[in-house]
Formats: sequence, C-alpha cells, structure tokens
Amino acid sequence: MVISEDMNIAVDIAGLKLKNPVIAASGTFGFGREYSQYIDLNQLGGISVKGLTLEPRQGNKPPRIAETPAGILNSVGLQNPGVHSFIENEIPYIRQFDTAIIANIAGNTVEDYCKMAEILDDEDIDAIELNVSCPNVKAGCVAFGNNPSGIYEITSQVRKFCSKPLIVKLTPNVGDIRETAKAAEEAGADALSLINTILGMAIDIHKRRPILANNMGGLSGPAVKPVAVRMVYEVCQTVKIPVIGMGGISNGDDAVEFLLAGASAVMVGTANFVNPRACIDVLDGIKSYMLKHKYKSIYDIIGALELNQ
Amino acid sequence: MSKLLKEKIIKIEKLAPLLFRLTIQSEYIAKNAKPGQFVNIKCCDGIDALLRRPISICSVNREQGLFDIVFEVRGRGTEILSLKKPGDILDILGPLGKSFYAPKDNSKIAIVGGGIGVFPLLFLLKELRCAHKTAFLGFRSAENAVLLDEFKKESDSMYVTTDDGSLGSKGFVTDILEQKLSEESYDIIYSCGPVVMMKRVAEAAQKHEIKCQVSLEERMGCGIGACLVCVCKTRKDDGWEYSHICSDGTVFWSSEVIFD
Repeated sequence: MVISEDMNIAVDIAGLKLKNPVIAASGTFGFGREYSQYIDLNQLGGISVKGLTLEPRQGNKPPRIAETPAGILNSVGLQNPGVHSFIENEIPYIRQFDTAIIANIAGNTVEDYCKMAEILDDEDIDAIELNVSCPNVKAGCVAFGNNPSGIYEITSQVRKFCSKPLIVKLTPNVGDIRETAKAAEEAGADALSLINTILGMAIDIHKRRPILANNMGGLSGPAVKPVAVRMVYEVCQTVKIPVIGMGGISNGDDAVEFLLAGASAVMVGTANFVNPRACIDVLDGIKSYMLKHKYKSIYDIIGALELNQ
Repeated sequence: MSKLLKEKIIKIEKLAPLLFRLTIQSEYIAKNAKPGQFVNIKCCDGIDALLRRPISICSVNREQGLFDIVFEVRGRGTEILSLKKPGDILDILGPLGKSFYAPKDNSKIAIVGGGIGVFPLLFLLKELRCAHKTAFLGFRSAENAVLLDEFKKESDSMYVTTDDGSLGSKGFVTDILEQKLSEESYDIIYSCGPVVMMKRVAEAAQKHEIKCQVSLEERMGCGIGACLVCVCKTRKDDGWEYSHICSDGTVFWSSEVIFD
C-alpha cells in the first residue's frame, strides 16, 4: 500500500521500541516460523512468542478447540518446548528478522517465574510478558492473576530479576480489572497487555459432554472484542503505564478501536488462525485509517476517544 | 510449500444426501499436492463459521489444473460450503500436511478406508505406481458408498463393507482385512477413517509385520502448526509426546502413534 512518507507509526512502550504498533499475540503465532511462508516477519512490530515454561510441557488432552459463534474456545494448556529450547533454537531464528521479541512466560510458582525472568534477562529478547492469566493450566498461573494481591506479589518478585521492559498480561476473568491493573502498576510493571481469553464452555448436546477434553477453555476471537475494548478503556483510564490492547482484532478498524480507547499498541491473535496475513492486514488497515483522516502520527489516535456526554 | 489462494469452483456435485464433491480450478494445488495432503478452506467471508475447514484432497487433474475434494456436511462451515455455486471464489490455504510414503514400483499395497476417510485414499490409489493395489472400503450404508467405480478402476481388487449390509459384506472393513491378511500379505497398508478403525488396522498390520501409515483427524485451528490444538500421542524414546496432526501429519507411521 502507499504510505505517506511523513506518517509516523512507531511506538515506544516503556522502552520497548516498535516500528509499528502491531504485535502477534502469544499462543497464536508459535515462534514465527509457521507464518514466515505467508508474510514477511520484518513487517511486524513484534512477536509475543508461545507461552514458555521452565521445563517443556505437553499441554492438555485433545480436543483442545471448539468453534463458537464468532469465536473459539481453546484449552491447549501451554504446550511448549521450554525456555532453554527457546533460547537455543528460537531466538536465533526470530532474530534474523527486524522485529521485537517478547518472551511470554508462565509458571506454577513464583520461583518458576523469577528463574525464567533471570535466565531471559541475559538473552537477546526485547521484553518479557508475564502470563499470569492462562485459564488452561491447573496449578499456579491463573491463581496469581485473578486477584490484586497475587498480581502484586508475582510482579514485584519478577521485577527484581528483570531489567528489560516488563509487561503484565491481565485476565478478564475478574470482578474489576482496574484493581488488578493498578496492582501490577504499583508492583513495578512497565506496561500491561489485555485481555487474555475469557473462561468459557461449549457442550456437545448429543454426547451430553463438554466439547473440550479439559471441559472449559479460553474464549477468543471477534466475539470477545467489545468486552476487550471496554476493559482496555477502563484500564487506560486507571493506570499511567502503557497498555497493549487485544481481543478479537481481525482488521485495521478493530485495531483503531483499541488505539482510540487508549492502547499504545495492539496484539493480533485468533485472526492469525483464520488468515495467516492478519497482522499485515491489520497494519495496512491502521495506515489506511490514518491516511483517510489525515493523521500524521499514531499518537494522534492513541487515547483520542471522546465519550458521549 | 503451501500458499494462500483464491480459486474458482468449477463444479459441485451432490454424491449422497450429506456428501458433496467440489471441483476447484487451481494450477498451484494441482501441480504441488501429494496424496494425503489437505486444503484449509474459509467457507464464508464473515465470522459465522470463523475457522477454516480442513478437507483432504480427493484427486488432482494436473493437465487441466483442477483438484477435487469430497466432504460431508457436519456443521455450519460445511453446510455453507455445500451451498456454493460454480464460479464462486474460495479462499484456500494449501496444500498442507505431510503426504503418504511412496513405495517401490514392485510393491503390493492395500488401502483401508472408512466413511469419509476413503476419499483421500482415492488420490493415493491414482498416484501410486506399484505392482498390485487392493482397496478395502467401509461405509455406513449403500447410500454413502460413492465413487466406487473410480476405486474399482484404480485398484486391482476391491472389497466393500457396510455397517447395515446394504452393499457388499455386512460388518466392519477391518473384519475383511483381517480375514485377507491370513491368506495374503502386503508390503504396506495405508489407512484413513474413524480412529477405532485405524487402531484395528494398525494392530492387524503389526501382527502381520506389515508397514502401515494412518492419516489422522482432530479438531483443527490454523492447519499450519501454530495453534497447537490438533494433537495425537506419538512414541518417543522415553515415553510419548503430543505431535501436531496438521503439520507433523496428518500421515503418521502407525507404529509411531499411540491410540488411546
């Protein structure tokens, strides 16, 4: 597409410098390899890699996916090769491309998170995203993320080992997301990303059983977008640190909603499964919007929402 | 390598009440697809049936740049697909997945298919150059036993079973397979169909020390190995691991797979 040369779409998220505000969301983009035959990874603002754990994990039993109206439920359960394999095999691969690497980490205990942060702090990555909100693992993880004191505890502990930009990913499965957002900010998070998936369930009425082997899973896709936009707006009104918005973004117009609501960048998730070019389409769509409305800088639209009186 | 393609539907045929065959114009798929591979199709433009639907390739016509898929209407996505018209453009990702192993020219092979799983094996029969091909085909009933003339043309011997006995022998296709295996042997068996059937095929192959490949199915997300939802248990040195059906398969050696 044609871009006016003076259009500025680079963003700075607490020191995490992105050439554009479009990031591939964790768990939907592997380590980039799978998508490299469909898109030029150099065009992405960043990649948040598949959620990493200290040791390799096999994940949950299949079926792990159920399609629901305008969305999907998943219960993958953090299948990943472990942080050491990531360092050895995946960082060198992604580093061939000019895009930011965000290491998404999850664990069962505070010690797991701290150890991973300590290991990754010495590695060639650009930021760490704390996954304290995966609904698909039994121990730890979500238990830290669903209450302000848990978020405060884990964020402040990990902070001690992390000199890189630290992003805390928030779960929508709470009473008031502003409380967990504030707790993360107070504990030293550099930025927040939201929303993770919404806990849901789908039932096979003929078998009288849940479709997912794990019974429940995380809902994502266009179905969650209005909830995500509302939560991003609320959090942006509450905290001073930058927010990365996500939840059902499939095109540029969706992304602009999040930017207007106050997000400094966006993550594209489920849309990648449907359209391997989704991240590029979102980026092109944001540029088209800026051209149409004659915005010169992405910062002209971030938080530019005006509420109805 | 797979590509994101926009291709035109040439023909749509209703083969049985819920079975359809689509013929699609695609130079790229026709040229590059190998037996066992699938395409991932976006059935609608919108978000009502959000995910693509993975459907195996049933045959290709390389000269005319065409390929066929046969699918069963099971839900929203396949229902929308069944209502397409010639001339409609389809958003297709493919060809995807690993293909079947190609045996030596002097091999004697068997295919064992059940239900909708028989159709990718037709592509295999058409492409294989080997000494002798036997087809074992199982269906629910005569109504669903379609394209038999094509299977007959591409094989040297063919056995058909139906669950209700309305065509061929009554019973499971694995019953006939096991019976035949006591009389003759094959160099390799290829199987696609319900998991219970493939498990029995794998057991029979192991018993008779015959190499066997199975093409597995599971609910998929992306079809390219990124979302990690379509897994099956496979053996590794110190136990097992979850392999990804769309990218590590869909074709596996049956000796690799742990059927739970």
